[in-house]
Amino acid sequence: MIKKTPSAKKSEVAAAGYDARQAPINAKLGQDEKIQFYRDMLRIRRFEERCLRSYQQGKIGGFLHLYIGQESVAVGCCSVMSDNDHIITAYRDHGHALGVGMGMNELMAENFGKYTGCSKGKGGSMHYFDPSRHYWGGHGIVGGQIPLGTGIAYALKYKGIKGACMAFMGDGAVNQGAVHESYNLAALWDLPVVYIIENNGYSMGTSQERSSAGESLAGRAAGYGMNWAIVENGHDVYEVRDKVSRALKLAHEQSKPTVLEIRTYRYRGHSVADPDSTYRDKAEIEAYKNTKDPIMVYQHALLAEGVLTEEIIKTIDDSARAEAETSAQFAEQSPYPTIEDIKKDVYWEVDNPQDKKSVGSLFFD
Amino acid sequence: MPLITYREALRHAMAEELERDPNVVIMGEEVAQFNGAYKVTEGLLAKFGPKRIVDTPISEAGFLGMGIGSAMLGMRPVMELMFFSFYSVAFDQIFNNAANIRYMSGGLINCPIVIRGPANGGTNVGATHSHTPESIAAYHPGIKVVVPSTAYDAKGLLKSAIRDNDPVMFMENTMLYGETGEVPDEEYLVPLGSAKVMREGKDISIIGHGRAIQMALKSAEMLKHKHNIDAEVVDLRSIRPLDEETILASVRKTNRVLLVEEAKPFCSVSAMLACIIQEKAFDYLDAPIRRVTSVDAPAIYSPPLEKEQLPTPQKIFDAALAVLK
Repeated sequence: MIKKTPSAKKSEVAAAGYDARQAPINAKLGQDEKIQFYRDMLRIRRFEERCLRSYQQGKIGGFLHLYIGQESVAVGCCSVMSDNDHIITAYRDHGHALGVGMGMNELMAENFGKYTGCSKGKGGSMHYFDPSRHYWGGHGIVGGQIPLGTGIAYALKYKGIKGACMAFMGDGAVNQGAVHESYNLAALWDLPVVYIIENNGYSMGTSQERSSAGESLAGRAAGYGMNWAIVENGHDVYEVRDKVSRALKLAHEQSKPTVLEIRTYRYRGHSVADPDSTYRDKAEIEAYKNTKDPIMVYQHALLAEGVLTEEIIKTIDDSARAEAETSAQFAEQSPYPTIEDIKKDVYWEVDNPQDKKSVGSLFFD
Repeated sequence: MPLITYREALRHAMAEELERDPNVVIMGEEVAQFNGAYKVTEGLLAKFGPKRIVDTPISEAGFLGMGIGSAMLGMRPVMELMFFSFYSVAFDQIFNNAANIRYMSGGLINCPIVIRGPANGGTNVGATHSHTPESIAAYHPGIKVVVPSTAYDAKGLLKSAIRDNDPVMFMENTMLYGETGEVPDEEYLVPLGSAKVMREGKDISIIGHGRAIQMALKSAEMLKHKHNIDAEVVDLRSIRPLDEETILASVRKTNRVLLVEEAKPFCSVSAMLACIIQEKAFDYLDAPIRRVTSVDAPAIYSPPLEKEQLPTPQKIFDAALAVLK
């Protein structure tokens, strides 16, 4: 059974009275934008539900880390990105990929290990990439992507580009040394980076209170003299947008880093291979689903506002399901990479023989 | 041609590339204000300023990972490891991120980074500071590994490494930093992957890299002087890519092979070379291949013993005679 940490309770009380809908970034939203956030969240969920079916059918190998329950975080964060902003995340990366506009087909095909996948079937579910959309992965080692995100921010600053990098991690990553080394560098050199901890309460099967010392995860930033904040209601896409956009503004205008902890929850196990029966009970999951499901909460809010109607909801849902289904068919019908492809994309030089400068052998089989 | 030190050759390479390409930055511990722990980067801060020459905290995983991230966005960082031994602190960043990012992105992302620093024993700094990880680095597809043994090669290879679009691990040697060699004033590049015949001979091929090659040249003179043996000495210069043609041509010519290196024997570069040679030139061999490596134990501190743990000209001389017996 989970125990809420005292600090979490305290923070919830402290957040009372705050209305994210009235924040400047949200107050002026039009109906179309509001509906788009709903559609984006639903697309993530329907895509992942279809992924799960394909996984259970044996079409997807390895691990499948589902984002279901956390959709408001990726959609909220990606919705406030400007043209020069970049993102990088860990292995629970489907939501962010769809959030930046990658297509379901290339993502599903990647999961199937097909050549039409975003990484030509070489990365899999944990390793999506699309630098053209400023999406730098998709990384498999907990916390290992955080120095890279810091480096992207460093390069933006070096080149004089007014942008920032959002570097996502889970709550388990905060105990990795590379994350702390990155915090230090970012604070020391005023790098335009927003570290976003998606705190879903569990680092794999170990709860926050069993893995992380201290009152709050983001609060560790204080030791580095860095700005930090907590998004208590990570299920609320408006609150995510408000807090993240403020952090991005700080990065853009003052080149200052921030650590943002977004409280959220995942409904599925760490990966689909996780039986999810040893470290939390079903009642806890049901309680969150019933009160804080990001899609349902947002749907009710938009229904109350008159932005959504039952008819629009059905149209969006039908469309998202069809899109997910089509992606599974696309993946199914796509070819696998060839044996020759195994040794492509290893060295730039080998793939660009016209510009090759080195001599000698690069492969030894 | 002017005589300059190996250290100066490295510095000149970096200075020229800093001039040539605004995306090149030099980063590492003590590289700027302190002028480099081994003075390789001396004077670069004064010439290029703090934006290009950057002192980092002692934080290898952090700053190497940061450099890799910046390379993904088009920078060309040259990262100094004060001792190459400290690469292990950043192992995940180098071998999961730099080595794999191109592959796992299906070729969408490049990582043009150079990680350089001294990788050698022999300076009485104990096991933690005396690693020679050429084979460990070269084991990873996606990574290139370069080991210059002369001032000329140090400069030409480093310039090529900085211009390379793949991650290059550039392993130097503190005991060579003060060695001088002829280096032309005009610009030149040494391509990665080309070995060099340092001394021609017909009786035996002594093949290796790094400081062991300088020892092998001494051994070759001893062999000539004492036994009238003509040893050919081949400096690999680059481990991956590897110049198999030059190696095999020498083997076919002399029919006898001695492999030398400063690293430990197990799963080492010489072990790989022995495999390649027997696969591709077995019929040309008149004797078993032998090796001279470090004695297979962590690097000992005790100064006289450390000398004995490492290859020496005498050991190479003795092993060559054994191959020729």
